[in-house]
Formats: sequence, structure tokens, C-alpha cells
Amino acid sequence: MTGKYLFNKYYNLSNIISLILFIMSIFFLTFRGLNYGVDFKGGTLIELRSDNTNYKTEDIRGAFNKLNLDDLSVKKFGAEGDYVIKFKRSDLNDPDFIKNLKNDLDNYLEDYSFRRVENVGPKVSAELLQDGVTAIAIALAAMLIYIWFRFEWQFSIGAIVAIFHDVIITLGIFSLLSLEINLSIVAAVLTIVGYSMNDTVVIFDRVRENLKKYADIKIFDLTNLSINETLSRTLITSVTTLLALLSIFFFGGEILKGFSFAMILGVILGTYSSIFIANPVLVYFKVSQKTLIKEED
Amino acid sequence: MLYFSRLKIISIIVFCLSLIFFSISNFINNEDFFLKKKVNLGLDLQGGSYLLLEVDKNPVINQTLQSKLTQVRNYFKKKEIKTFDYKLGKQKVLFKSDTNDQEKILELFKNDNELNPYFDVYKSYQYNVELIDNIFELTLTKYGIIEIEQSLLDQAIEIVRKRVDEVGTNEPSITKSGSNRIAVELPGLDNPDRIKSLLGRTANLTFRFVTQNTDASFGSEKLKDLDTGEELNVSKRIIISGDNLIDAKPQMDNINNETVVSFTLDRLGARKFGRATKNGIGKQLAIVLDNQIISAPVIRDVIASGSGQISGGFTFQSATDLALLLRSGALPAPLDIIEERTVGPDLGEDSIKAGVLSLIIGFILVILYMIYKYRLFGLISNFALIINLFMLLGFLTIFEATLTLPGIAGIILTVGMAVDANVLIFERIKEELKKEKNKVIAFDNGYTLSRTAILDANITTIIAALILFVFGSGPVKGFSVTLSIGILTTLFSVYYIARLLTSLYVIKNKNNEVTIK
Repeated sequence: MTGKYLFNKYYNLSNIISLILFIMSIFFLTFRGLNYGVDFKGGTLIELRSDNTNYKTEDIRGAFNKLNLDDLSVKKFGAEGDYVIKFKRSDLNDPDFIKNLKNDLDNYLEDYSFRRVENVGPKVSAELLQDGVTAIAIALAAMLIYIWFRFEWQFSIGAIVAIFHDVIITLGIFSLLSLEINLSIVAAVLTIVGYSMNDTVVIFDRVRENLKKYADIKIFDLTNLSINETLSRTLITSVTTLLALLSIFFFGGEILKGFSFAMILGVILGTYSSIFIANPVLVYFKVSQKTLIKEED
Repeated sequence: MLYFSRLKIISIIVFCLSLIFFSISNFINNEDFFLKKKVNLGLDLQGGSYLLLEVDKNPVINQTLQSKLTQVRNYFKKKEIKTFDYKLGKQKVLFKSDTNDQEKILELFKNDNELNPYFDVYKSYQYNVELIDNIFELTLTKYGIIEIEQSLLDQAIEIVRKRVDEVGTNEPSITKSGSNRIAVELPGLDNPDRIKSLLGRTANLTFRFVTQNTDASFGSEKLKDLDTGEELNVSKRIIISGDNLIDAKPQMDNINNETVVSFTLDRLGARKFGRATKNGIGKQLAIVLDNQIISAPVIRDVIASGSGQISGGFTFQSATDLALLLRSGALPAPLDIIEERTVGPDLGEDSIKAGVLSLIIGFILVILYMIYKYRLFGLISNFALIINLFMLLGFLTIFEATLTLPGIAGIILTVGMAVDANVLIFERIKEELKKEKNKVIAFDNGYTLSRTAILDANITTIIAALILFVFGSGPVKGFSVTLSIGILTTLFSVYYIARLLTSLYVIKNKNNEVTIK
């Protein structure tokens, strides 16, 4: 009586794979770093639309190159004729900066308009980054404490290890692909934390219930039983959430692309980790009926 | 958990209907409809500008310390305590005294409210005094600085409001942010250049004489004349300042055929100006704005009427702006624009379209999937989901919450995650149906046994959303709002609407075959 599918047979294998992915992610994060957007790095972002179909990315880049901007990057952004231009601003206190920039640009480009301008000073970007990191750290701590409160510390550690796994690998993939990290990615990461937790908690809830029911089943098999019993729920919820996210990814416009991509990665990793990461931790700590009884005394 | 009393059923229906009613006001553009509340669209959806301004407090702190220095020196002179070697250090005032007076001086800084005010609210003095190597060091305490910041911010926000109002944009929102910042939101404004240049200027106007002798008692400084480009030596003695102005407007001067700014002075200003022009016929009067000379006309006549003109090669636009700045008054300190986000209205419109499209598609996909998975119970869950969306919108309307693009993403995500609770329940009922013959008991057990998991799962998501609400900024905050309200309406729709429908169905078909696919 351990359930239809033998997930526990793959605990070791999946843990090795996850460990490799985790270490690679840390490696990327350390040596390659993250591609921070203007929210966190400071600087200027301009979303430009040109109605002149003859322009290519090189033309736009060429025009901006003539303006002597530091750290310039020009990229296509979604629809034909849309571009995102980012650069570091030299003079922060000049209120006429954008006005003058437009005047200069008029010499090299025509039929264009700025659809969006974001200007973030170094002080604000540093604060936003700090707030983002603090928010994620507090979220992790809050989850840890909540699960500790509702379950036992072994469960708490299992859940946190799973969340760390999801967040670090998601960020690792962002680092590998040089995808931009901005405020909405922080929102995505926090939601991933919530989602991954959500998935793990449902399985843990069943583990706890089964621990009370079956004294004779070892935790190794008991986790497998619990995973099987909750499996269809785990899959159905992942599918509906992914359907919603894929809809945002494909139809929600360029601005939400990064956000939905991070969430899609997070949901897949979260589903995987709630089965293959969180449960082996319980096995490692040899959780048994005694663990629960001790707490209740 | 399947029993509902009649009263409960009625209250559920009333509750849902009233929220749906609120949500509907967003779709009706009829003026006669008595509900005027609507969900606010964030700047990223309706287009507009967001500016974050920081008050530069350092000049004011230096000024405060400078006048404190004078005050302290006069204070001890009056008390006949010998103090000397006054110096203005970095953010501090330094001075010395005879060694045997030191105790007494420290004592006075503790007890005399005139010398060192004590704030009861903060339980702190305004100044901190320390004796280091026989030198007194006077610094502002943390609360002394806060006091300055607050009054600075209050004054600055007033001026900012006046200036923005004068430009006449659509429903601007101007709020304090932290201890030294002002957030300005300008919906519908796609080009903030003018507002930025208006807010970027202190607009400190003074009328001072151009002087030849550099050793006048007030001192003088060299300032650049914007009109001619040459440097003039201007006395530091201020005849009148912008504070004396009661009105200013742009005007066409027909004689010289140029645009000028005409101004009117208050009574005190008029008297001072009259006296100065009387004594200074033939002298050059410099009109100085933010340490630059706009113009320096030669006084030809006494001006006693209290009104006059400033000319300085203005265009009509620059004359209008200067008049506006003079009317709204000078900022107490320079403002730095430290963050700016502007979204054009067409991009906002595109974002709404994309957001709504992805919401509809995501919604349809989830609905179809649930019908495929659970058939009749999928329909029940879908019905609850639809009511859920209307309730979510209803709550957003009641609170007049701001809907942003990430906020729409939050709603879509709610759709995907809302069915989770129903899935948990249905899956549990399936398990229970295998064990239990009595369907009513099996359904009841399904609801009861899945409850803790659902609660834990949703509380964790709410924790994440709340943390995001506290630390998030701008549009991202909108995401946490829709996500957390979405979780609450989801729980309601699952436990009251879906459960009610399920129970009605199960009790009616007690003796028939009931399966969840």
C-alpha cells in the first residue's frame, strides 16, 4: 500500500539532478549575475514606436549611438516597430533631459514616438532592490514560521528547501538567458514562493493525516502514498494555473512576458519540488508517528 | 457540512448580488445610474506620469545651523558668559569657552528651552551638545532633523500642489512619500516635460541693487546676467523678494513689442520698492531668479504703485511659466526628480486590451478544462468562478482600488488558482465515495477533510501577497491587491456558492447514482 506510482524510487536521482541544477544556478548567479532592469540598476528606459517600416534595429541603435549615451542597449519589443532602449543617464538633475534628447533624436529619426519613459535615479533603484530582497527574505521567513506553527519543524525545513530550490533555479535560468529582472519579477518570485508552498502544504497535510492513520508504514513509503493520493489534485491545479499563465504569456503583451515566464518556470519547478524535494527531506529526518505525538504532549 | 438553513441561503444570495451590483457599475456609462464608483485604472493602464521628488534638505540644515550659531553667540553674550571661536563645521556648530564655564554651558543646553527646545512628542531635544577636547560641538538630533524635514516637506508639497494645479492637469494626486519625498501622479499626461521643468526650479526671486563697491556691509556676489551673458556684482541686501508678490501674469508690452511678466506687490513690498526706487534713481536694479539675473534695468523713476514689469527676452511660454512660478511661490529647498515613469495613453490602451484578452482566454481554457475533468461538478465550480470574478471586481469597486497591468495578471492568476480549492474538495470526495456508501456522508467528509489543506494553502499565498503589498511599489502593489482579495472571494465562492449548489444536488439525488467523473 504505497500508491500506484513509485515516486520514492526516484528520490535520489531527482535530488542529484536538482542539486546539479541548484549548483549551476548559484554558479550562474555568482559569475554571470542577473540582468537588472532600470528598476534596480537605475537609468532610463524608453519604449519607442516608429511608424516608419524601413527602420531596422540597427537604424534605431545608430541614431541613439550618436547621442553619446552610456551603457546603451536597443532591443526589439514585441510588435513590429516597437523597441526598448535603455541607457545610463549622466545628468540626473536636468528636468529637460528627455525634451533635449527628443530634439537631438529628431535629427536622425522621423515618425517615432515615445510610448513609455522610465527614469530611475541611483538612490531609488538601490532602495527598490533592497525592498525586493527584503520582501523575498521576509516571505521565506514567514512561510518557515507558518509551517513550523502548523506542522513540525521537519516539515518546515522540507518546505523551505523546496522553495529555495524553486526560487534559485528560476533566477538561475533568468541569469543563463540574460532575462531582465525588474519589479514584476520580484512579484513573480513572491508568488512562486506562495504557490510552491501551497503545493507542498497540500501533500504535507496528507502526510500528517496518514502518519496518524498508519503506524506501520515507514515514512519512505508513506510519503509516496500521500503523493499518490494528492497527485490528481497537484496535476489539475498545475494545469489550470499554467493555462492561465500561458494565456498571459501569449496574449498579455510584452510588459507581462517576463513576469509570466518566471511564473511558468516557478509553477513547473514548484510542482516538481513539492513531490521530489520536500518529501525526501521528511524521509531524511526520519519523520514518524512519534514526531507528531511528541509535539502533542 | 452540507446543510444550509434558509436564512443562510438568502444571505449568501443577497451578499453575492450586492457585490455583483457594484461590479456592474464599471460596465455602465450611463450618467443616470446612481452608482458612480468605478475601479481606478493605474497610470500604466490609462496613461500618465508618475514623478517622485526628493527635497534636498542640506541647504536648509546649513541655514538653520548658521542662524543657530548667531543665536547661541548672542545668547551667551546676554548671559555674560564668555564664548569664542565660533565655527560652522560639517553639519555642526563649533565654539569654545573658558574652562570654568563649561559645566554651566552644558547645564544651560539641558535646561533652557530657548537655547535648546525640547520636543515632548519625540521626547528629545532639538540639539545635541558635546564637549570634545574643550570644544563644544552642537549638532541636530535625529528628531531635530526630522522636525526640519517635516516642515520642509509640508511647505514644499503646498507649493508643488499650487504649481501642478496652475498647469491644470486632470485630477493630479500629490502625496508625501517617506520623510523627504513627494509622489506626484498625473493621469492622462503623456508629456511631463513642462511640469518637470516647473517643479525643477526653486523660483527664488529677489530684487537687489547692482553695486560697485565690494565691501558693503551686506556683502555682494558675482551673478551671471542671462540676457547679456556678462557677470554683474550684485549686493546681497534684498530689497523685495518673491514673498512680497501677490500676483504675476504674462503680458504683451506694446511699446517694445515683447512679452513681459507684470507683477503686483503687497503693501509692505510696495512701500519698500517705492523707497528703494526713490533712493536709487540712476542705479541698476538686478532681478535675480535662482541666483541668475533675469534682467538688470536702470531705475529711471520712482515706482510707488506697487506694480511693475520684468522683461528679459521672454517667449510667451517662458513668460507664462515664470508668472506661474512667481504666483505659486518659491520652494523652501530644491527638489530633485529621482524617479519618473510615463506611459503614453495608446500604450495604456494596448495594455488593457492585451490584459482583457488574456483574461478571457485564460478563463475559457480553465472553464473548459474543469468541465472536461468534472462534468456537472465542473459546471458548478465554473459557476462559482464566474460569481467569484464579479465579487472580486465588486470589492475592487467598493474600495475604489487601483487596477494595474500586474493587477490584471493577479486576476488571471486567481482564475487559475481559484479552482484549486474545488479540485481539492472534489478529489477528496472521490476518495470518500470509494469508501462510503452513503453519498451525503461521503460528500460531507470530502468537505471536512479537505478543509485544513485548503486553509493552509490559501493562507500561505495570502502571506506572500501581503508582504508584496508592504514592500511592493507602484503597479506591482496592484498585483498584491487583486491576488489577496481574489483569495478571499475564492474561499467564499468555494465554501458558500459551490458548496450550496453541490449540497442541493446531492441531497436531491440522495438515492440516485452520483459520481464525480
